[in-house]
Amino acid sequence: MLQIDLWKRVLIWLVCVTGLLLALPNAFYTRVEMSNDAAIEITAKGETPERLEIVDQWPSWMPSSLVNLGLDLRGGAHLLAEVKVADVYAARMDSLWPEVRNVLRPERATVGTFRRQPGPEDQIRLKISKPEGMSRALELVRGLANPVTSLTGAGSTDIEASATGDIITIQLSDAEKLASDDRTVRQSLEIVRRRIDEVGTREPTIQRQGVDRILIQVPGIGSASELKAIIGTTAQLTFSPVVGRGSDPDAVAGAGNKIVPSLDDPGVYFTIESAPVVTGEDLVDAQPSFDQNGGPAVSFRFNTSGARRFGDYTAENIGSPFAIVLDDEVVSAPVIQSHIPGGSGIITGNFTIEESTNLAVLLRAGALPAELEFLEERTIGPELGQDSIDAGKIATIVAFVGVLVFMVLSYGLFGIFANVALILNIALIFGMLSLIGGTLTLPGIAGIVLTVGMAVDANVLVFERIREELKAGRGPARSIEEGYSKALSAILDANVTTFITAVILFAMGSGPVRGFAITLGLGIMTSVFTAIFVTRVMIIMWFERRRPKTIEV
Amino acid sequence: MRLKLVPEKTSFDFFNSWKLWMGFSSLLLVLSVVSFFAQGLNFGIDFRGGTTVRTESTLAMDVGAYRKAIEPMELGDISITEVFDPTFEEDQHVAMIRIQAQADGEAISGETIEALRAVLDEVAPGIKFVSVESVGPKVSGELVQTAVLAVVLAIGAVLIYIWLRFEWQFALGAVAALVHDVLLTIGVFAAVQIKFDLAIIAALLTIVGYSLNDTVVVFDRVRENLRKFKKLSLAEVLNLSINQTLSRTVMTSVTTLIALISLYVLGGDVIRGFVFAMIWGVIVGTYSSVFVASTILLKLGVKRDWSKQANTTGNQFANIDA
Repeated sequence: MLQIDLWKRVLIWLVCVTGLLLALPNAFYTRVEMSNDAAIEITAKGETPERLEIVDQWPSWMPSSLVNLGLDLRGGAHLLAEVKVADVYAARMDSLWPEVRNVLRPERATVGTFRRQPGPEDQIRLKISKPEGMSRALELVRGLANPVTSLTGAGSTDIEASATGDIITIQLSDAEKLASDDRTVRQSLEIVRRRIDEVGTREPTIQRQGVDRILIQVPGIGSASELKAIIGTTAQLTFSPVVGRGSDPDAVAGAGNKIVPSLDDPGVYFTIESAPVVTGEDLVDAQPSFDQNGGPAVSFRFNTSGARRFGDYTAENIGSPFAIVLDDEVVSAPVIQSHIPGGSGIITGNFTIEESTNLAVLLRAGALPAELEFLEERTIGPELGQDSIDAGKIATIVAFVGVLVFMVLSYGLFGIFANVALILNIALIFGMLSLIGGTLTLPGIAGIVLTVGMAVDANVLVFERIREELKAGRGPARSIEEGYSKALSAILDANVTTFITAVILFAMGSGPVRGFAITLGLGIMTSVFTAIFVTRVMIIMWFERRRPKTIEV
Repeated sequence: MRLKLVPEKTSFDFFNSWKLWMGFSSLLLVLSVVSFFAQGLNFGIDFRGGTTVRTESTLAMDVGAYRKAIEPMELGDISITEVFDPTFEEDQHVAMIRIQAQADGEAISGETIEALRAVLDEVAPGIKFVSVESVGPKVSGELVQTAVLAVVLAIGAVLIYIWLRFEWQFALGAVAALVHDVLLTIGVFAAVQIKFDLAIIAALLTIVGYSLNDTVVVFDRVRENLRKFKKLSLAEVLNLSINQTLSRTVMTSVTTLIALISLYVLGGDVIRGFVFAMIWGVIVGTYSSVFVASTILLKLGVKRDWSKQANTTGNQFANIDA
């Protein structure tokens, strides 16, 4: 008959209490948030009395996870970037070219002279003067290939060489292209993450999306352009010998040279050697600092091998200029005054303090392997977010009160039971959201409000059944029992179908749609739990105490 | 005294004028399709690409002046609308500026936004850009695809679930009701030209969920009654089941509508379109689960006795003698 084992009752109430406890920090959002931030600062930067005081605003034995507020509620910037993975192919070919040259050179007798032909950037086209030596040339070039290290590409090599007439075409194999794309995106992801971490904002979301996309969401940042400035620059730093200086962008650069514009002086172009002395990859540190005249500058330090190369070069070239090149623009081209042995130096230019700080961040975080193209940008101001929270709060409260009153009017005491369950339900949703670190968005709030409306459904199903059983003349205990057991299949079927749509929304959606799916899905789970277990325990406990002869639902 | 929206015992006949309801639904469907093809949907930037800027100024806004200021920038098609909302302060004047997708694949350049801010600041000093959202043409097409796929997948998954739990006739009835609801909702969006963006897809799928919820509750009762009242005709069983669950159907729709309407009125203009879609969906979903889904189930007929093997059609082994 009407019985629930003691351990089950304890378990049910325990779940509710845990849910309430987990949800509680959200009621003191700002305070808990400050306390959490201070705790992080203490582990990162050490204790100060003020930080300790802020930490103590929230007792440490209480749960302190909060629901993340989405960008639309907190304000911030959202970017969807596509990594131009194919950029890397050309760079790979350029670095392969000297190797090809080196293996073919000793074999001039068989292959004759050879020259690189113009062609697509992701290929090397090589013309040899003795086509009869082609098979030997191919053999040598193929000897440069390495096996591809990826699961799908097992058994294939990274470069493919083929011959038509007297031309050898070398390019990356398809397997290597796939593996390279994957590496490029991972590396970009890591660098984007480092750059954003350097700036020190809270809880950025940096995720890979699809094959070649990166989703970046940073709360609290002023605008997407600001975010783009931090992550968007490739920050390829090189130190290159200067060949000449002029004002013609189309001048003939000569073999092994290239022409790049000056960053600060429009109309000035430098001819520099393509092969740099040292690159940003040899950098171990970069800090914003000031030059002799007090202007903002960036000081840097090389690793041992970079320092040696830099030292050797400066020792041999005193009196000649060399260029500091950032993303194919000359930041400055100082004349080497003396041998710089220690591997550290300073970049000066017409920087503002902000620019020098950003440049230091970029250099420290390393260069992006490929360019990013921004496909989607969203900036949401914090005021708009606050407005939405306020509006959402009021709407939720009104919806809540409306439904509570309506339930009591319709079902009396049983309505009150359902209402307690409804309140627990919302607490459980917040508790679960905090626990899994879910993000609450504006449509998410709508999802909660919708849950408020729909959560009573399971109870309504049960209560209507109980009414029917009572009408059919059964006793109170029997009616309650039957009401629950008969309504169960409808409750399950109805909620499973809604849950399916929530899961699909979650899987297919992004951003706000996902936020909505999370609250809807959690709402379904918690409302089924409260309807099947919580109200039942309440009704049974009430029934055992009162033993009513008749009940009215 | 209890509040009762539906009398204790009802015995409406839902099927004696089924032709009327089907006609009514068909008319609405035709209107939806016509309005969809005649006017199309007012796609937001999620699906069309482009940029929307939400501005806020303390000065009363003049759409003409804004337009005049922006036009020399040659950004192509722009639309400027003032937003009114009861939750706004008195000196809060909000405008939505929509700019078409620019030629290159990128979303939008920071310079364009800065330039826009500069020209608008001339007209309305101190203007704030409270949100700037930009979707490049490359992504918007994919978003449409994913959205359509999501709706189709959801309907498909549900079809399979109900088929497994009930019978294929039930699944077909429920899915017909779903498609009916989704089409009518899209029709309303086309007719009223409310902005159709990604959030609306979420609303559509919720409608799918809600409508199903309703239909499944009715069907669950039908299944139970079919076993219980073997003598009654299918129409009688359906009528009985709908009447028995009517009180619940109305109760739940009312509580959901209470919640949604308060969100519609008080939730701010940002999600109003989204909430509107759900309100409409709840109403249509309730209607369709009673009239559309059940009528289709009635017309398809259903196998009555699950305990015995069916001895006639519908089964490839049915007429083989052993």
